[in-house]
Amino acid sequence: MALSECSLEMLQYLKLKSVEELFSDIPPSVRTGGLRLPDGLTELELTRELEAMMSVNRTASQQPTFLGAGVYHHFIPAAVKTIVMRSEFITSYTPYQPEISQGMLQALFEYQSFMTELTGMDVVNCSMYDASSALGEAVLMSHRISGGSKFLISRAVSPEKKLVARTYARGADIQLTEVGYDPATGSVDINDLKSKLDPDVSGFYYESPNFLGLIEPQADEIRSLLGTKTMVVGVNPMALALIRPPADHDADIVIGDAQVFGSAMNLGGPMIGLFGCKMDHVRKMPGRLIGLTVDADNRRSYCMTLQTREQNIRRGKATSNICTNEALLAVASAAYLSVVGKSGLRDIAVKNVEHAYLLANRIGALKGFRAPHFKGTHFNEFVVTSDIDPKRIHEDLLSKGIHGGFPLGKDFPELKNSVLYATTEMHTKGDHDRLVNALEAVR
Amino acid sequence: MSYHQAVYDVPSVFESCERPKKSKAFDRTIGGLIPENLARHELEMPDLPERDVVKHFVNLSQMNFGVDNGLYPLGSCTMKYNPKVCDEIASWKTVSDLHPLQDPSTIQGALRLMHELELMLCEIGGVDSVTLQPAAGAHGEYTGIQLVRAYHETNGETRKEVLVPDTAHGTNPASAAMVGYDVLELPSKEGCVDVEAVKSAVSKDTAAFMLTNPNTLGLFEKDVCEIAGIIHDAGALLYYDGANLNAIMGKTSPGKMDFDIVHFNLHKTFATPHGGGGPGAGPVGVKKRVDEFLPIPRIVLQDGKYQLDNDRPKSIGKVRAFFGNYAVLVRAYAYIRLHGGNGLVSVSENAVLNSNYLKELLKDTFELPYGDLRKHEFVMSGRQLKAKGLKTMDFAKRLLDYGFHAPTVYFPLVVDEAIMIEPTETESRETLDLFADACKKIVAEDPEVLRTAPHNTARSRLNEAKAARDMIFSWRAYEKKMQADAEKTSHA
Repeated sequence: MALSECSLEMLQYLKLKSVEELFSDIPPSVRTGGLRLPDGLTELELTRELEAMMSVNRTASQQPTFLGAGVYHHFIPAAVKTIVMRSEFITSYTPYQPEISQGMLQALFEYQSFMTELTGMDVVNCSMYDASSALGEAVLMSHRISGGSKFLISRAVSPEKKLVARTYARGADIQLTEVGYDPATGSVDINDLKSKLDPDVSGFYYESPNFLGLIEPQADEIRSLLGTKTMVVGVNPMALALIRPPADHDADIVIGDAQVFGSAMNLGGPMIGLFGCKMDHVRKMPGRLIGLTVDADNRRSYCMTLQTREQNIRRGKATSNICTNEALLAVASAAYLSVVGKSGLRDIAVKNVEHAYLLANRIGALKGFRAPHFKGTHFNEFVVTSDIDPKRIHEDLLSKGIHGGFPLGKDFPELKNSVLYATTEMHTKGDHDRLVNALEAVR
Repeated sequence: MSYHQAVYDVPSVFESCERPKKSKAFDRTIGGLIPENLARHELEMPDLPERDVVKHFVNLSQMNFGVDNGLYPLGSCTMKYNPKVCDEIASWKTVSDLHPLQDPSTIQGALRLMHELELMLCEIGGVDSVTLQPAAGAHGEYTGIQLVRAYHETNGETRKEVLVPDTAHGTNPASAAMVGYDVLELPSKEGCVDVEAVKSAVSKDTAAFMLTNPNTLGLFEKDVCEIAGIIHDAGALLYYDGANLNAIMGKTSPGKMDFDIVHFNLHKTFATPHGGGGPGAGPVGVKKRVDEFLPIPRIVLQDGKYQLDNDRPKSIGKVRAFFGNYAVLVRAYAYIRLHGGNGLVSVSENAVLNSNYLKELLKDTFELPYGDLRKHEFVMSGRQLKAKGLKTMDFAKRLLDYGFHAPTVYFPLVVDEAIMIEPTETESRETLDLFADACKKIVAEDPEVLRTAPHNTARSRLNEAKAARDMIFSWRAYEKKMQADAEKTSHA
C-alpha cells in the first residue's frame, strides 16, 4: 500500500520503517493477507451502481401499498427532513458530555415530553430499538416489578412481536402464554384472561389498537382484573391524538413505535421503540433518560440521568444491556410533532380514521367480501375476509400495480381467508378506487 | 484558543409562544366513529409556525457537537467521518419508501444489497454466515449469547456461566445476564487476559468467553490462540465483541482467531453516523456449526431471485421485527463499496497509525500504562492530576473549551482515572498535533480553570446530581414542579 508523505513522516516520528511494524503484535498464525472484496468505487460510480440496483424495488409511492402491521406510510414534512439531517445532530453520539451536547439533549427531552403528553405516562425514555424489542424488555421489567415466572400476552399481537417477546422471555426463563380474543369484536377475551391469571403471572400485554386494528374497549376491566400485576399496553402513538391515553386506565408500562412521527418506513428499520412507565417503576426501566437540571450559572440545562440503572455503570446487574438506541428518530419525532402541531396531528389522525372507515365499507359492500371483519372501533387498519384465496387476490393485485394487505392465515389459522389492510393519509381517493375496482374484478 | 460554541436560550417547544388559542371546534368522536368513552379529552401540544420550529431546532443543533464539527476521540466508539454520499443514497425513495412486509419480488434490490452485505461481512470477519437483524452492538451481543444458549441446549447441555475479562465493555456482562447467564469477570494481567486465570475459571459450566481484540486498552491479545484452545477444549464458544474491529481489517479476522460468534458495529467500523446515540446496527457473524440457530428470516438466493427462508426449526426466532436497521445497512454497504478491499485495509492501517502517533505525542504528558504498541486506541491515566486536586473529568471538560470532544473517561476500569482516546483514521496529522498541544497546555493551566471548565460551551459544568434528585423527565413534570415551588414560596 502506498503511503502518503504525511503518513511516512508520522512513521518516522514513531521510528518505524513500515506500517506493517504497527501490526507486529499480531501472531503470524492468525494473520490474513488483505481482503477479497471488489476494488473501491468513486462516488459517481457508486451512485450509478446503486441507482441501478435499487431501481428494481417497487416503492409505496409507485404502487399503492395497503400494508401496516406495525410499520406505516405517513407523510414527512420537508422541515422535518431538514432538521434531522443537521450534521451536528446526525454525526454526534450519545451525549456523554452534556455541556457541549445541549442541542441533542433538549431535543430528546422534548421527545420525552411529547410522548409523556400523548401516553399520559409519568416517564418515557429516549428510545428503544423498536416496539418488538421494547415489548421484550417490558416482559423482563414486568418480572422485575411483580415477580412470577409467567407472562400473558394477547393473541391479537403481531407475529413479529410475539417471536421477539419469546426470545427475550426465554433468556429470563419466563413462560409466555397467549390470551385469546373475542371472535366477534377482536377485543381481549376477558374470560380467557381470568382463567389464566394465577399467582405466578407477573403481568399482561395487550394492544390498542391491536394487531387486528381494533381499539380495546375493556381497558378498565382488564386493569381491575390484573390487580397488582403489571399492565403493559401497546399503542400506536398517532392514534393517541384521538383515543384516551393508557395512563387513563392506570397502565404500568406503555410501549409502541414512534416511526409514525416523521420517519420513513425504511423496510422496517430503523424504527423507534417507545417505552414509558409510572414513576414508581422508573428505577426498573431500561434505556436512557434525559433529565432537567441547571449548570454552574444556574441556567436550565439537560443531561442523561439515573445512569446507575445502565450497563456502563452496573454491568451484569443493569436493567438492560441497551447502549446505542434510536436517538435520531426521537429527534425526528419531536420535530414532526412540533411541525404539524396539535391541530395538524389531530387532522392527520382524523384522516386515518376516516380513510379506514370509508375503505372498509367500500370493500365490505363488494360481493364475497366482509369488511371490517370485526365489529369495533378502528384507527387505520381493519381485517377483510373473503371466500377467495388471499394468495390469488394478492397476486392479482400485484399484477395490477397494487400491493394488498398482510395475509393473516399463516399466523392465525382461524383467520385463514382474512387479510389485514392499512390505509393512511397517503392514499388518495384514486388509490382506494383502484384497490376496490381490482378486488371487485378478482374472481 | 478560538473555539466558542453557539449559546442560545432556546425555550422548550412547549413554551415557545403562547399556548395555542382555543383551536377550532373539534369533534372528539369524529361524527361517532370513535365512541364517547374511548375518545380523548385533552391534548396539550404546541401549535407553532414552521418558521419558529425550524429556528428552534437549528439553534439547538448549533449547541451540539458532532464529528462534522471536529475531533471526537471517544475511545471504543470509533467516531470517524461519515461520507455524505452514504446518507444521500439512504435517503432515496427507491431505498427508503419500502415496507418490510412487501412481496419479495417487489424488493429485490433491497434484498440483494443485504445479501451482498452479509457476504462482505463474512469476508471481513472470517465467518461463514451473517445475520443483519440486531439493531446495535449490544443487541448483537445479546443475539450472540442467545445463539450460545441455543447451541448448548441443542447439545443437551445447560451451561451456566459466561466469562468476560475485566477490561470488557459494560454491555458484555449485561448482555450475558439478560440471556440468563451468571457472569464471571476475570482479572487481567498487564492489560491483557491472564491465560492462567482463564484456565482456572473455565469448567464444564462455561458457556462462552466474550472478548474484544484488540481490547479496550488498545492492546492486541497476543495469547488469543491459546485462549481459544482452552475455551474450545472445555466445549465452550468464543465470542468476539466487534467494537474494535476498525484496528484489524485485512490484517487478521475474528474467524481466523478462531472465534465462533462475532458482532460488527456498522456505525463504528463502517462509518454510519451515530445519530446522537443511534440508530446503529450490530450484525452477527458465525461459524458453520452455529449457523442453524441464526434469527429468521434468512435471505437466500434461489434461481437468481432473492427469497426469505423462515423454515429454520432451530432458529432462536427473532431479536427485533423484520430485517434490522436497513437504512444503516445501506450506508455501511455504500461505505464498503466506496473503499473496496484495499481501501478498508488502509482504513485500519491509518487508524492504528494515527492512534500510535497521538500516543507518542502524549506519552510524556500523561502516564501510559501497559507497554508501547497500541492498535486503534490507547488509554492514559490522569492520576497525576490528583496532585493538583484535579480529576480526569476536569481535564476532559477543559478539552471541550479547545473545540475537541472529550475522550471516553473512567473506562476501562483497570486504569485509574482512565482517559481513552480513539482518534480514527479520518483525522489529519494537523488535527492530532493541535489536540496534543491542547492537552499539554491544559495540564499546565491554572487548576481553577480546569475545575470550573468548560467555559466556551453552550453551558457551564452541569449539576448532574440535581437531575438525578429532581427526576424531571418531561415538560409536564417541570411545570408541575414550578407550580409546587411557587405554592411553597407563597405559603412561606
